[in-house]
Amino acid sequence: MISVYYFGAVSLILIGLYAVLVKKNLLKILIGLSIMETGVNLLLVSVGYVSGKSAPILSEGIGPNQAVDPIPQALVLTAIVIGVATTAMALSVAILIHEKYGTLNVEEIRRLRG
Amino acid sequence: MLKRALAIIFLLIIGYWLAQGLAGVPFGEDRMLVGQYYLDHVKGQTGAVNAVTAIVVNYRGFDTLGEVTVLFIASTGVGALLWRKKRERTAKTEGSMVLTTGTTLLFPFVVLFGAYIFIHGHLTPGGGFPGGATIATAFLLLYMAFITYEIPHKAFEKTEGIVGMAYVLVGLIGLAIGGYFLYDWIWQDWKLGADNIGRLLSGGFIPIIYTIIGIKVGTELSGIIDNMLKEEVSE
Repeated sequence: MISVYYFGAVSLILIGLYAVLVKKNLLKILIGLSIMETGVNLLLVSVGYVSGKSAPILSEGIGPNQAVDPIPQALVLTAIVIGVATTAMALSVAILIHEKYGTLNVEEIRRLRG
Repeated sequence: MLKRALAIIFLLIIGYWLAQGLAGVPFGEDRMLVGQYYLDHVKGQTGAVNAVTAIVVNYRGFDTLGEVTVLFIASTGVGALLWRKKRERTAKTEGSMVLTTGTTLLFPFVVLFGAYIFIHGHLTPGGGFPGGATIATAFLLLYMAFITYEIPHKAFEKTEGIVGMAYVLVGLIGLAIGGYFLYDWIWQDWKLGADNIGRLLSGGFIPIIYTIIGIKVGTELSGIIDNMLKEEVSE
């Protein structure tokens, strides 16, 4: 059996992917992308966890052998910031689309079709 | 209906595949290679107690410069996409009394807390990015409470540019003194705070760079909020 943290992370990824695949509102698709991102971040952090060890802040009696892997956490810090940046970009494109077409429904935005 | 069923089947296949892959990665097992090196040497090589911020700012500082650049490009992109000749705030209802009073009372403390987060980045969880986001939250509160409020654009743009150049300048000083970009001369050469590890005045240039990043992220995210909340008005 896989761990409950892996299960939660994979479920978040799948929930986000479901929203991206099925929903028609552009904002809901973007929310789905954000949920997927959260799932991936949770997966990375939980891969770096070492059972019984503490956060990688080496003060007050926490030695180098009592801390979890710091590298996935540093990676996730980067990923969160980039996620915020891409979400802001995507939202402003959504604002533009709503100004142009008056709708956020992806099936009614005709000119995007090939 | 068919589309939904197909999507669920597709998701089940992907979920099964991911679970299969993760079954070979046991949870909670120690598989550190580089991480153990960082944990063993972080205090001696960087002077910081928080290994995560030491990695982000010191060991991989160049990477973080790229990250700040990505954030800058995103905020420029938002500004370019939403650019109009004349844009103003169009909100019609003033915030309720609870919101306006709470905002005026809380604003300085939220900014102070953001500054606390980025100044103590080398000691506690946090750092420049969460601290800057907290400061941007304070400005978002002002935008929500007062219908005519706008950030001081000129000052914000200048601050953003100056702190962005300051980051590169810190790196170039390191290049001049130590021979590579973002060399931590404060810790390696001057040994400032060597008997002070775990307190505020330690960590080499980590607090300096995190202050720069905090101010930059705060001004940039406030600019994004400003761009998104304003709408085009006809003259």
